[in-house]
Parts: sequence; structure tokens; C-alpha cells
Amino acid sequence: MGSIRRRAKIRAALFCAAVLVGTSVLAQELSPAPPFISRGRGFEEQGGAALYANVCAACHQPDAKGAVGAASYPALAENKKLASADYLMSALFNGIRAMPPVGRMMSDEQAADVINYVRTHFGNNYDDPVSAADAKATRQ
Amino acid sequence: MIDAPKAPLSRRNLLALIGASAGGAAMYQAMTSLGFAAESPYRGPIKLEGDPKGATVIILGAGLAGMTAAYELGRAGYKVQILEYNARAGGRNWSLRGGDAYTELGGATQRCAFDEGLYLNPGPWRIPYHHHALLDYCRRFGVTLEPFVQLNHNAFLHSAKAFGGKPQRIREVKADFEGGIAELLAKATRQGALDEAVSREDREILLEALRAHGGLDGDFRYKAGDESADFRGYARDPGGGLGAEPVNGEPIGLHDILTSRLWRGLQNFLGYDFQTTMFQPVGGMGRIGEAFARQLPNAIRYGAKATGIRQDEHGVTVAFEDLARGGTVEEAKADWCVCALPLTILSQLALNVSAPMKAAIDAVPYSSSIKIGLQFKRRFWEEDEHIFGGISYTDLPIRQISYPSAGYNSGGKGVLLGAYTWDGPNSFELTAMSPAECIQFALQYGAEIHPQYPAEFETGVAVAWHKVPFILGCAGEWTEASRGEHYDNLCQIDGRIVLAGEHASYIPAWQEGAILSALDAIARLHKRVLAA
Repeated sequence: MGSIRRRAKIRAALFCAAVLVGTSVLAQELSPAPPFISRGRGFEEQGGAALYANVCAACHQPDAKGAVGAASYPALAENKKLASADYLMSALFNGIRAMPPVGRMMSDEQAADVINYVRTHFGNNYDDPVSAADAKATRQ
Repeated sequence: MIDAPKAPLSRRNLLALIGASAGGAAMYQAMTSLGFAAESPYRGPIKLEGDPKGATVIILGAGLAGMTAAYELGRAGYKVQILEYNARAGGRNWSLRGGDAYTELGGATQRCAFDEGLYLNPGPWRIPYHHHALLDYCRRFGVTLEPFVQLNHNAFLHSAKAFGGKPQRIREVKADFEGGIAELLAKATRQGALDEAVSREDREILLEALRAHGGLDGDFRYKAGDESADFRGYARDPGGGLGAEPVNGEPIGLHDILTSRLWRGLQNFLGYDFQTTMFQPVGGMGRIGEAFARQLPNAIRYGAKATGIRQDEHGVTVAFEDLARGGTVEEAKADWCVCALPLTILSQLALNVSAPMKAAIDAVPYSSSIKIGLQFKRRFWEEDEHIFGGISYTDLPIRQISYPSAGYNSGGKGVLLGAYTWDGPNSFELTAMSPAECIQFALQYGAEIHPQYPAEFETGVAVAWHKVPFILGCAGEWTEASRGEHYDNLCQIDGRIVLAGEHASYIPAWQEGAILSALDAIARLHKRVLAA
């Protein structure tokens, strides 16, 4: 098993190096963590920044300004709804309209990390962080 | 997929349990009620009899559901108009070909540089033989079909964690797995271990069946020999002339197959939805949407983004933006509305329907999926590895590599499906990447199975469905709980509005579901119109 894990890590490192070559300076600034590929059934990114960049940013965009097509992904930047951490946790674990329940593939710690990250970045400045225990309670 | 999820009691596990405890019939019953395995109930073209007296219907979305509704209602005497967000018809029925430009949410534009005749189907790409309605429309609208190869015995099953990461031929894994099981079962039978379960008469038949089915020798052993080679192939194929005698290969031991988990990959060929014969349209799945659109020459208004749907006792008014004219807001009115918009879109529009229907519209998240197409200078999978069509399955994050089911043995270029993910963390992580990063990802991992990748790669395209502007997701994802609570409410006629699409069917994510949903919706709507 040990050697297998090492191989996976080497592969991930190779991959990251390969994509970084082609990534512009601007994109690096917007995306604080390099692309990441989890190898299990849950997200393996650690910390709010990495989780945001590799999961949330897919739809809400690296700058959290959202996107508009036939309908839209709302901006998380300067979003007043983020005042409610409960709302955010419910969206993360249960999904809401176009948003799938991606929090089900995160641990309680990861969910709390990414919620705290979004609520303290992109022009949001809420000083009531949630804990893993809060996430666990909401998940039920 | 090889890495099947291991939920405490997933639907699949539940089905396996039912199958084991109550037998095949009960299992089939359960699968049907959960939305799996039901044969399409389509029994030929719909007949909407009775005069609708010039009633008008506005249809939202020119995907297969919307266009089926428009076509059949038009034939029945309705005046129909479709509003479509895109500049083309088809919706998820779509092929990306050389010269096409595609801009995803976030603004990245890809210009597909595939050679003439090559394509990627970002959405649906194969048609089961029992999707009768879709096949019937293909026949009626002149869409030429060809076989889609789901199972190619010479494609690979691959695990980075087994056999030193060396891909194994499907025929060898399949033959050796079944042969190993047959040998084990024959041994148990002959030792009397099954005497209580198998009668004396059946015992002899069982042994004969195991020998014939499993490739066992005269002593009921599965080993290198003519019998096993008949199934698994040879270490050296038979030839002509001197020194042409075939050499039988040594089977992979049952222990090695079991612990490699490669047997999981075999499931991709067993399910009802994936059994032979499967089909694809010649020239790309998009040919079907194009054929539907040809039947509706003046009915589709393109570049029309619906923003609100309002109904009252007199009719339905749809507000929409004309995208070609800078989003100028217009209104369209009709007596009735068939709404074939994806729920990801519809849930965000102003809409006055009953509370239960609105709750249903809001209750269905969409699967995440990504497909990556890669064009190579030569068809090395055919020339070097003798893989003509079919799919290799892997536990790498690309999950599968599908080889084109057309243009065989032509010596030219080809486009592989280099990655196809469905839900799970990787779908989201890939969606967060740029198209160039996705292609790099597919090349990096794919080279572990086909080392020719770096030397032969030319150009690629990547489509992440949550970044597709016209849908914001891949397909409606029901659970047993959400279906129980919301499905019937979703499918009701609400005043003058009825919904249609794969999300309003028990064949989710398949085109057949979209068409059957539309046919059911308009049949009920027609009854109501005649009664009004």
C-alpha cells in the first residue's frame, strides 16, 4: 500500500507541474491552489482556499463573481446572504436549485473550513466562524 | 466504473440484496420501480385525435423533449412556437466538430480543431436497442445509425494498483474470472458440497454447463490449454505454414483477479442499458437534434432566453430576452405551455405554479460530468493494440477511454474520448480547471494506459457540464426519497403548464426519457385541451 500511495503522489506532482507551465500569471493570482485530483470518494483538498479553488470555483468562479448563462451561478463576492452561515451550510449539504450537495463529499472540518473561507474572502468579512461540530449538526 | 461507491446500503447494494434473497423477478420488479431496467413502453407514433381548434402552445427549450412536443402537437393541429436559448437546436444532443467554437461559463472559448468527420459527443453518445421511441424518431426522420461498440473484448481493464499498472485485456480478465469461478464451483459440486442445493440429475447438467461455459478441461480444471484459449485467446495466435502452431497462454489466477478488483469493470457490459446492440448516429449524436429541427422549419426562435413564465385563466405569457439584440425583453403568449427547460434553469425563473410543483422543481440537483475528446495523428489503438471501438475502464481519475466506433482500420486520425467522469470529487475538480488543464489531465493519465499519447496527440476539447451555459449541470439526479416526495408533483399539469424532459422520466439522463416524458405530457395536455 505504501508504495502505491507514493506512486499516486508522484503522479499528482507531475500533473501539477505540467499544468502550471501553461498557466498564466493572472490565473495563478486568482486561483490560490494548483489543480488537484482527489483519489478517494471524498474531496481530499485541505483548507478553505484549496477547497474553494478546486470545488466551489468550478461554478462560482475563481473571483467568486458568479457566472450567467441561461440562468446563473450567484456571486459569492460581497453576497449579503452569506451573513447566515446556516444558509451556506444548508446549501452545501442539501444543495439548492442548481447547486448540488457537494458538502456530502467533505468532512465536517472541510465543510467548516470552506464556509469560513468564503465568509472571510471576496469582500465578505463575517467574524462568526463555524466549527466542525456546527457542520456535523447541520449535516444530519 | 471500477471504483464503485461503497455506501452502507446504496440502491445498487439494495438491489443486489433483493436479487440474492428473492430472485431475479423480484429484483427486476424493484429495479423497475426505482427507475432502472424498465423497457421503454413506447408502442409507435402517438395519435392525438380530436381537433384542438387552433389552440396555441409555447414550448420552452429545443432539446429532444421540446422538439418532440412541438413536432407531435404541430401534427395534431396546434400552433406551436419554441423558444431556445442557444443558436442551435438539440440541447444536450450535441456534437462538437472541427470549426465549432464553444464558450463555457467563465468565458473560456475553445475552437474545436478536429479533422473533417471527427467529433466529440459531449452529452449522450450511445443508444440502447430498447430505447424504442428514440429509434423510431431516427427512422422517421432519416437519421442513419451504426453500431456503438460498448464491449470490445480486446480493450483494457486497468488498475494503477494491480498487475504493476499494466492494462489487462478484457477477454482475459473475463474468461479467467468466469473460468476460475466455474472451476471452483465444479470442485464444490463434485465434492458434494452442493448436494443439498442441487439434485442428483441437475448435478451432472451443472457440471457439464460449468465445463462448457467456463472453458474447463476434462478434469474440470481451468488452466492453460485449448479449452481456456478458446475463450481467452492465445499467447501466440495460430498462423499459417511452418511454425504456425498456436501457443496457449497461462490464465490469470482467480486470487489475482479478485484482489485486483478488475472484475468490477466487467459490470459495465452486463447492465440492461449497455447490452448489445447499442447504436450511434453516423457523424455524431448531434445528427438527431439536427434532424428534429429540420422537421420544425419555422417553429424555433433561437437566442431567446426565457426569464419568466406567468399563467392566468386565459393563457400563458413567457418573458424572454432576445440575445441577438442585446437582451431586448419581449413577451410571447399562448394558450398552453410545455416547459422543457432543465430544472437548473427553470428553478431560477419567475414562475407561478402550485407550491408542490415549485418545490419539486427546486428539489432535483444535477449530476456533474465531464468529457474530454482527444485527436491523435494516428489510430495507434487500432494499429498497435488492435482495439477497434469499445471502452477501456480504469481506476485512474479519467475513468475510461472510449475508442471511436467508426472509421475503423482507415489508417487516418481519430478522436478518443479520453476521460468521462460522472459525479464524485473528480467531476467537480475537473470543472474547476480550465479546458487546457483538463486536456493536460487526460493526456497525463491516459498515457499510463497508452504510452503513445505524448507522441501522437494533436488537439482536444473538454466539456464540463456544470460550466455549460444552457444547462448548468448534466442531468437530473433523483434519489428514492426525492422521487417519492416530488416526482408526481413535477409531472402534473399545473393550470396551463406541463413540464417535460429527462428529469420528468424514470429513464433519467437518457434521451429516451426526454422523449417519453414529452409524449406523456402532450397526451395529457391534449385531453385537457379537448375537455376545455
